[in-house]
Amino acid sequence: MPLKGEFYQRDREWHPKAYTHDYKTSVARSPRQSLISLENTVSEITGPRFGHGDIDPGDNDLIYNYAQSGESAIGERIILHGRVLDENARPVPNTLVEIWQANAGGRYRHKKDTYLAPIDPNFGGCGRTITDENGYYFFRTVKPGAYPWRNWVNSWRPAHIHVSIFGTAFAQRLITQCYFEGDPLIPHCPILKTVPMQEGIEQLTAALDLNATIPLDTIAYKFDIVLRGRRSTLFENRLEGN
Amino acid sequence: MVQKLDYLKETPSQTAGPYVHIGLAPGAAGFDIYKQELGWDIAGPNAAGERIRVQGLVIDGMGAPVKDVLLEAWQANASGVYAHEESTGEVEDGFRGWGRVITDFDTGEWGFDTVKPGPVPGRYGSTQAPHINLWIVARGINVGLNTRLYFEDEDNSADPVLNGIEWVNRRSTLIAKRTEREGKVVYRFDIRLQGEGETVFFDI
Ligand SMILES: [Fe+3]
Repeated sequence: MPLKGEFYQRDREWHPKAYTHDYKTSVARSPRQSLISLENTVSEITGPRFGHGDIDPGDNDLIYNYAQSGESAIGERIILHGRVLDENARPVPNTLVEIWQANAGGRYRHKKDTYLAPIDPNFGGCGRTITDENGYYFFRTVKPGAYPWRNWVNSWRPAHIHVSIFGTAFAQRLITQCYFEGDPLIPHCPILKTVPMQEGIEQLTAALDLNATIPLDTIAYKFDIVLRGRRSTLFENRLEGN
Repeated sequence: MVQKLDYLKETPSQTAGPYVHIGLAPGAAGFDIYKQELGWDIAGPNAAGERIRVQGLVIDGMGAPVKDVLLEAWQANASGVYAHEESTGEVEDGFRGWGRVITDFDTGEWGFDTVKPGPVPGRYGSTQAPHINLWIVARGINVGLNTRLYFEDEDNSADPVLNGIEWVNRRSTLIAKRTEREGKVVYRFDIRLQGEGETVFFDI
């Protein structure tokens, strides 16, 4: 196998800054010193790998993965699907994708969430899957509700699903959030507005996908995820030395 | 106009938020859903080397412990091999080198058990001193923070990454302190997000 090269540098003007005044929690949790730039070594170009022994086949079906037998989660039934790609548009196969979300009423199953919307006894709110050989993944779930949070007095999160992806290297590790086309809360969200470019916000917004909808059953949204790409060849003599 | 480059853009990062545990450590969120949670056993039963515990706090710019952090660790085994096809060598059966922990909701303490990693190859024929790569996410952290933990009782003098930090006095923020408690080796590593003694974070 030819040695592959470094990952492309993260575009720090495309990602949110650490310090974002209108997302108040970031103020005391943002480093003030510059990040120290590190050329990739073996520590960054490697990362954990996961296989089908790590998860169960039903882990990607949030409508049923926490439901009592014969029951199912309440809410608008949706498919969330797409591909994990790299910046060279190549699929990232066999990588772990984990998601978590509020229920259809906007309530999380978490001991720290005290919002008055009810817990759904048949909805846990998390799922996981491994991309196939083409980088494809899918989940079945219910569309999460919007919920209020303490930033300004009247701040509401748009409907969103949290997404965690590994890729093949620790340098590709990413957590993000997926939003839904047409949500009127999107332009008002202080967390979404940490993303500096409008095109970046659009990249985080899943499109209604009528082609993947199951008629009379489940609506679909498509959400492609892009991880850092890498050079195909090493320009240095060897990353690892001898 | 010039030709358009056809690269895709990396998906922008968003904060893990306060409920990260639901997705990545549901047991800690208060419910039992998966047959097995991932990342609780870093080294496995067969790994060679010194068994150690690593623990610490993540402290915010006001000096308060952050109580809703999730940390991931990535490390080589005692022979300096990562469990990955691009690292030369073999790891012991059951050694994954990857761990995931959350902080205690009341105290902010986090910790994990593992084996001490060995030195690994660096760039340009150099050698990197033993270290554990850490990735930190939480509510209020917009892009996951990368740092490294080194060991105070190892020879770190030739490490190319530490030596690449221009501000010599900041290098010590990456050095874990060795203690022993009840016969167990414990390395203490507090992470300061901001202000006095701010930990060095890397753009990897
Ligand atoms: Fe959320």
